[in-house]
Amino acid sequence: MRTQLESEYVVERNEDRCIRCKVCVNQCTYETHYYDPEDDRVCSRNENCVNCHRCVVFCPAQAITIVPNPTRYTSNDHWTQEAISDIKKQAESGGAMLTAMGCDKPYFTYWDRLLLNASQVTNPSIDPLREPMELRTYLGAKPDRLKANAEKGEPLLETDLSPQLRLETPILFSAISYGAVSFNVHEALARAARAAGTFFNTGEGGLDRRLYKYGDHAIVQVASGRFGVHPDYLNAGAAVEIKIGQGAKPGIGGHLPGEKVGPDISRTRMIPVGTDALSPAPQHDIYSIEDLRQLIYALKEATDYAKPVSVKIAAVHNVAAIASGIVRAGADIIAIDGKRGATGAAPKISRDNVGIPIEMALASVDQRLRDEGIRNKASIIVAGGIRSSADVVKAIALGADAVYIATAALVAMGCTVCQKCYTGKCPWGIATTDPWISRRINPDIATKRLVNLLQAWSSEIKETMGGMGINAIESLRGNRLHLRAVGLTDTELRILGIRMAGD
Amino acid sequence: MGCTEVNDRYGDGKVIEACSLFGMMNLKGNRFSSEKPIIAMANMHERGNGLGGGFAVYGLYPDHKDDHALHIMYTSRDAKRDTDDFIDERFEVQEDEEVPTREANVRDPPIVWRYFVQPRKSRLDGRPTDDYVMENVMQINARTGKAFVFSSGKDMGVFKGVGFPEDIAEHFCLDEYRGYMWTCHGRFPTNTPGWWGGAHPFSILDWTVIHNGEISSYGINRRYLEMYGYKCTMQTDTEVLAYAFDLLIRRHGLSIETASLILAPPFWSEIDEEAPSRRSVLTALRQTYGSLLMNGPFTIIVAHYGEMIGLTDRIKLRPLSAGVKGDLFYLSSEEAPIHLVAPHIERVWRPKGGEPVVGRVGERVVQELLVREVGT
Repeated sequence: MRTQLESEYVVERNEDRCIRCKVCVNQCTYETHYYDPEDDRVCSRNENCVNCHRCVVFCPAQAITIVPNPTRYTSNDHWTQEAISDIKKQAESGGAMLTAMGCDKPYFTYWDRLLLNASQVTNPSIDPLREPMELRTYLGAKPDRLKANAEKGEPLLETDLSPQLRLETPILFSAISYGAVSFNVHEALARAARAAGTFFNTGEGGLDRRLYKYGDHAIVQVASGRFGVHPDYLNAGAAVEIKIGQGAKPGIGGHLPGEKVGPDISRTRMIPVGTDALSPAPQHDIYSIEDLRQLIYALKEATDYAKPVSVKIAAVHNVAAIASGIVRAGADIIAIDGKRGATGAAPKISRDNVGIPIEMALASVDQRLRDEGIRNKASIIVAGGIRSSADVVKAIALGADAVYIATAALVAMGCTVCQKCYTGKCPWGIATTDPWISRRINPDIATKRLVNLLQAWSSEIKETMGGMGINAIESLRGNRLHLRAVGLTDTELRILGIRMAGD
Repeated sequence: MGCTEVNDRYGDGKVIEACSLFGMMNLKGNRFSSEKPIIAMANMHERGNGLGGGFAVYGLYPDHKDDHALHIMYTSRDAKRDTDDFIDERFEVQEDEEVPTREANVRDPPIVWRYFVQPRKSRLDGRPTDDYVMENVMQINARTGKAFVFSSGKDMGVFKGVGFPEDIAEHFCLDEYRGYMWTCHGRFPTNTPGWWGGAHPFSILDWTVIHNGEISSYGINRRYLEMYGYKCTMQTDTEVLAYAFDLLIRRHGLSIETASLILAPPFWSEIDEEAPSRRSVLTALRQTYGSLLMNGPFTIIVAHYGEMIGLTDRIKLRPLSAGVKGDLFYLSSEEAPIHLVAPHIERVWRPKGGEPVVGRVGERVVQELLVREVGT
């Protein structure tokens, strides 16, 4: 069957600039570029190009430009280019549309409709260069009250707090499983988490033993496939996270194709080399909320009640009620992954259509837990498309204790969000386990880039807090008076619990 | 019309204001007249704008020591009739009368009535008296929208209204009263029209708070207190402070010093330097009560039976001076009024940000966790 698909991108090469060095040929893992010795020219197969920009960045002569294919189907707002080419792909393959990273559709990003406050006259703004500005955050259950008695004016506590995670900035690296990404990427996340005083999440593929030394900065995940889950693993981490769902594909388990399962992955995930690692859609021991409670306490037993247990869910329609149940089931942390949460591989129908925006989910969960008087019993981490320090500040003001970032972390290392992670051929060496390609991530450099990102965002958060006249992050958390909205309906404002600009 | 509409007329979400504060107490519990406090407040005239002044006086009613003294303002006669019936149902009224007033430079004074009451035992139902009184005060405030309880403690009372503090004192004939402790407030609100109930002190049971500042953390402080059943109807920072003290001290049984460590905690960098036992206490306090950290500029003077506390935010964005002369203990927004009413005072100092200064009747030593003396 002859394909009717056209190339999505066109590679333009400036012949005057090209020095025939063949860097692009060597860098492209999709074999887009090739050298023609007869003509002494470098040529391109446009149909292979995924617009990852690896060749653009590495071309020493700056000779390459990638443009979207200007040849379009007849303009039609309903039968869009994407709709027509998707149908053609499926007519040729007979399979579900596969994609990666987070939803790329123009649904509202509510962060962009929220504006922040600053102090003028009636209270002073605070200069973080001259005054302390505190971002330290503790994640875990907090008691309703402390019992204390004072002896010679010194308070003595009678209440013991349950275990807490201490973060020096309210940003953690979200779950990215070993296998979906290479060892070097995992190592860089681990080292950066330690250097920045925060945590990385192992994802559902276990933790390579070589990284156990970073366990005090790891949140170890337990997902439906139980890949790599054993007592040493649970006890290696600082916290345990039960993965119920993820924003990119709520209701679906993780899929790792057998091609990515080499010897190291096989050993860590405890599966044979070359087998597909398919996580079941549900956790088969959790068919109801009381089952979740049993798993939470099984993990607490296994870790001697020394580590907080987090439960991660995708933001879905009844998220507030589900979150309330999770808190009552004994979770110390609840992680909510929104509509724009990313993945290494997901059915396109799920990524682009299932779930709700994280802003709405967060606002309703935070308020519901307060209405029920249990907000203190669990910390909230939100995830899914956090792009900047401004998004972080807005998330915390809406009610989050901290945020997870994954896409932003990968972008810091090199990712350009081309959405082809599922091919396993990531030219940036990130979403691959191919030993040759994955060497493209140098753990030293990647660590430095991650630490730089966290440092930059943290200083922007401090600057913004100072402008509001706030010098501790706990005074921003859930402080929705510091948010105003533009261009939202009354219903949206009600759910977000904020007011219009000028109101 | 509820308190919210009156106090937060433009719906700013909270009242924004600045102020003058003065507190004076006799550490032996001896009563003295209003003369000095009023002179001190008049000296800080420029810190107010005539849209609010008020006084809390302790040791005010020695003849009714064991009765709750309800000071209630009414903006209509109907509201008073209605509230009288309500009070009669819930309390045994020992005595009641209009609070005497005289001509003064104040705007639209309401009727202010005082009642000396005991809870009706049949209605108490075994509940603590304080809870019963507080619950009924909340109801009186909410029922008609035209009655508002200034104060409800024993042997104390609040006088307040729209005007400069010295005019409010004249209006309520404060020269005729004596007390062992006076806290005084002059107000400079920017977004609220003068409303008599909205002036300070803000009081619940025998706790009073006077406050200078704008709390940037108000949004989360309020949401946290709402989890514990408080309804922040007035939408003022001061109300939030009063409820925070009520929660921490009365309901959670913490000391005033511990409560101060919650409202204005040390920085993490300071906590990290502490010995392990104290570090773990301070860490647990911030972890548990982080939502009650009062961020942004504030100075407060909190008073209740036999105790007066001054506290500022932890980086001291609003002023507070303290002084002791003989048995008299002073707190003031500015230092000048202390020198004015206590010439040749032995000790005046400026308390450090976030460190409470506590004066207690019977204790001649004013508790200062850390003071930096600035000369006498």
